Amino acid sequence: MGIRTKAGVWLLYALVVFVFVYPLWTVVATVFSQRQARLGAMMNVPHGLTGANISQAWHLGVARGLLNSLIVVAVGLTLQLTVSSLAAYALARKRFKGAGVVMLAILATMMMPEEVIAVPLFQVLGKIHQPFTGGTLVNSYGGLILPLVGWALPVYVLTGFMKRVPLELEEAARIDGAGDFRIFWRIVLPVCRPALGTCAVFGFLMIWDQYLLPLLVSQSPKMDTLTVVVTSLQASQEQGEGVRLAAVLILAVPGVLVYLALQRLFERGLLSGSLKG
Amino acid sequence: MTARRIRIGPWLYLAPLLLFIGVFKVWPTVWGVYLSFFHVRPYLGNQYVGTANYSKLFSDPDLRSAVVHTLLDAAFAVSGSIFVGFWLAVLLQGPARHVRILRTAVFLPTVIAMVAAAELWTTLLYPSPYGSVNSLLGKVGLGPEPFFNSPHSALASVILMQIWKNAPYDMVIFVAGLASVDREMYEACQIDGAGWWQRLRFVTLPALRPITTIVLVLGIIRGLRVFTDIWVSTNGGPAGSSESVVTFLYRQFSQNNDTGYAAAIGTALLVVTMALTCLMLLWRRRAER
Repeated sequence: MGIRTKAGVWLLYALVVFVFVYPLWTVVATVFSQRQARLGAMMNVPHGLTGANISQAWHLGVARGLLNSLIVVAVGLTLQLTVSSLAAYALARKRFKGAGVVMLAILATMMMPEEVIAVPLFQVLGKIHQPFTGGTLVNSYGGLILPLVGWALPVYVLTGFMKRVPLELEEAARIDGAGDFRIFWRIVLPVCRPALGTCAVFGFLMIWDQYLLPLLVSQSPKMDTLTVVVTSLQASQEQGEGVRLAAVLILAVPGVLVYLALQRLFERGLLSGSLKG
Repeated sequence: MTARRIRIGPWLYLAPLLLFIGVFKVWPTVWGVYLSFFHVRPYLGNQYVGTANYSKLFSDPDLRSAVVHTLLDAAFAVSGSIFVGFWLAVLLQGPARHVRILRTAVFLPTVIAMVAAAELWTTLLYPSPYGSVNSLLGKVGLGPEPFFNSPHSALASVILMQIWKNAPYDMVIFVAGLASVDREMYEACQIDGAGWWQRLRFVTLPALRPITTIVLVLGIIRGLRVFTDIWVSTNGGPAGSSESVVTFLYRQFSQNNDTGYAAAIGTALLVVTMALTCLMLLWRRRAER
């Protein structure tokens, strides 16, 4: 490669970084700047490091929103993975009448975009009563979490993965007298750890990103998830850009961290999900 | 004993999933179809109106322009992301360390929540000379552009934001696609004296065609349901100039209190999505044969 083409390539690198990374950097720089940014303007370099914007946002509902989002993600993801891996076990390892129909029905739910059924879903949530409090699922953690549990993607990924686990493993355990559930729990599931990791990354991002569902379900600031808090801060703009962007930053960071920590699992899932899904 | 276990066993494992799907996916879908035939009045009871909501749906000029915006958004955001994603992949392919680090960095827009991305861009595109992007444009003698704030540029700004967020996603898929292109084909090209452009045109692009089509179709189906991006950045405005089908649907429910109409729009969108998906599956099956 000649010197001129090489310089050209580095120029393109710089352009790419400027377009895709620099906007994110300006959020960080603005949030930790002491100087208040003018409306719509952002800092390029932090100006006198401070955590004031973060702590102000924290008190304006971000703490509560973050807590709610973390609860929803933790419980929702656990339920999602449990339910999906149980179903995948049956679909991948058992031969039974109707298996094909069930798989087709699960895949068909992928065609039901959540945004499209959100309004009737909201009404359905209003009809379901909770066992102890007597209230409906509207304005409750149940309403924020339960609609996210049944998701076709992890079922699809886990079923595909389990089909490739050698049957001999199971047979050996069966001869040793292990029951069905024990085989699932002790043998099949541990082997599936990489696939479970992939599903966890995608499930995390899917649940963390939720906006329309919490917008409908949450009827009070108490139940707002972080996405809803961030957009309601926009409505009361007198706090200044730094505070608003602090909330944006807190919303953005977990996705980035999960991706950086589990990049390999993520890219694998991206490929299998988008090429076959 | 064994016969019974074989029959009940699998269903025990499937039951939790089917319960969740039944209650939170199937029931709302059926309920939405049912509601679409009613004028929904809180506390007064629902009033059966036959297909009135559907005839409104076909004659509503606001919905019609929302459909046009949605199609424009899906077409341009998806094809734009594929185009940019492809060039990113060409630029950033390969196992070299600095290239891998750059790929990771470029991918970050994709993993931040949509709400965060939309908020970030409403700040960056603030429509005054002080706004970040506008002050940059000012330095080269352009602008200030109103971006999200003008009916002429709101939808285009949303599309640019979506390309920024989704192009890196397509990049990763193309990088994998490029890695699977036969190296010998490149070598053969070199021997034949083909240039960089010919190599791209006659080897790389044909090899990536199946991936591209799938990414395109899936993207368009996903694009039909666009909500968060638009609701947070422009709220469908100004003057409805960036309203999408789903933001329109949600507005019918949340601001006009017309749940029946919202349900009819949702049902129609569901039918269209399903039809498109089935067409894609059929077409892929034929292509694989």
